[in-house]
Amino acid sequence: MRLTQGTFSFLPDLTDDQIRAQIEYCLEQGWAMSIEYTDDPHPRNTYWEMHGNPMFDLHDAAGVMVELVDARATFPRHYIKVNAFDSTKGIESLRLSFIVHRPDPEPGFTLERHEVEGRHIRYTVRAYATDRPQGERYP
Amino acid sequence: MTDTAAELDLDGALAETRVEELLTTLDTELVGLVPVKTRIREIAALLLIEKLRAQAALSAGPPSLHMSFTGNPGTGKTTVALRMAEILHRLGYVRKGHLVAVTRDDLVGQYIGHTAPKTKEVLKRAMGGVLFIDEAYFLYRPENERDYGQEAIEILLQVMENQRDDLVVILAGYKDRMERFFGSNPGMSSRIAHHVDFPDYAPDELEAIAGLMLGSMQYRLSADAERAFADYIARRRSQPNFANARSIRNALDRARLRQANRLVARRGSTLSRDDLMTIEADDILASRVFDEDADEARARVGS
Repeated sequence: MRLTQGTFSFLPDLTDDQIRAQIEYCLEQGWAMSIEYTDDPHPRNTYWEMHGNPMFDLHDAAGVMVELVDARATFPRHYIKVNAFDSTKGIESLRLSFIVHRPDPEPGFTLERHEVEGRHIRYTVRAYATDRPQGERYP
Repeated sequence: MTDTAAELDLDGALAETRVEELLTTLDTELVGLVPVKTRIREIAALLLIEKLRAQAALSAGPPSLHMSFTGNPGTGKTTVALRMAEILHRLGYVRKGHLVAVTRDDLVGQYIGHTAPKTKEVLKRAMGGVLFIDEAYFLYRPENERDYGQEAIEILLQVMENQRDDLVVILAGYKDRMERFFGSNPGMSSRIAHHVDFPDYAPDELEAIAGLMLGSMQYRLSADAERAFADYIARRRSQPNFANARSIRNALDRARLRQANRLVARRGSTLSRDDLMTIEADDILASRVFDEDADEARARVGS
């Protein structure tokens, strides 16, 4: 099951040239870039791990692409995303965040039904991947 | 592609890049530096031809443009680097054309594991433009074999080699120390295609520079002051720590101080626009440089 999170999530995966063009746009807006990775694809997992330091004052997408190549080599079986942070007063949050690398295959999620009192049902979404410990989730 | 089409293109490419205009301002705004200007023209011509060759489907790959600027202090290395970034941008060799100026402190870390991220961050910031490393020889400290500078040099070399189309590196510094630096880092020397030497300015060039500086600040020298300043330059040049154009700038800044002081002391009388613009001989003759025989100098310029 293909994970859809963040901007462009319903488009096919972006090519490197398309990623570069998006980063170029972000830098033109004066946003700071960062790269994050995780192997816990749960949609409520908002705290991914940082790959390297956030990148401020870049002028060209080449700098981010270097880091991206490095991240892919280090974590070939993780999800990797690129974030653009807008520090403008009053916004101070991510403007753009999109997945640039994903493991293959992606087993997806299971829906767990939890029966509670009065035959009510509570639902939980759980990623198959997280059955295994961190770092071994996508063999 | 036919030959005629290529012939027509040269003028078109020149007009399109507007590089000629940039080279002309370089000629008028930078005094002297003939070898430097020649080299810049050559590089501009090469890139232009490379562009046309690409249009004619002749490929030689982008040339390596890493440079080293050597010369005494104040000979215009940083200024030329700034212009270089703009020229390379106009010719489409670098994508953004900004200049990131750094020294050893910006590249080398303080403890194990600090250097690589620091150097890489600077390199990432410089991508798409020009990285200017001032006093580059400080990166290499042979007396300390555990110095982290070596690590910075290695990362630098790797990026200079592998990402030639992402950034241009310019190393700058004094000539003798740079030569020693290249001597002990042959890898660095061989990756730098252009070694450009900045000669010291002749006295008349320094006067021309002073004229340009004053013009941009909207001041002028009186006729007496001009003679005094020529005298000043001759004396200052023979003193230690002479830093070419930088010394001239400092001298002019101090003359401005004295001029302001002199005008304030004239309280009561009205000042004309002319008074505000003119630096008199006395403003210059009050300099420390004339200390031993100020009276004699005064007599010579007739004030």
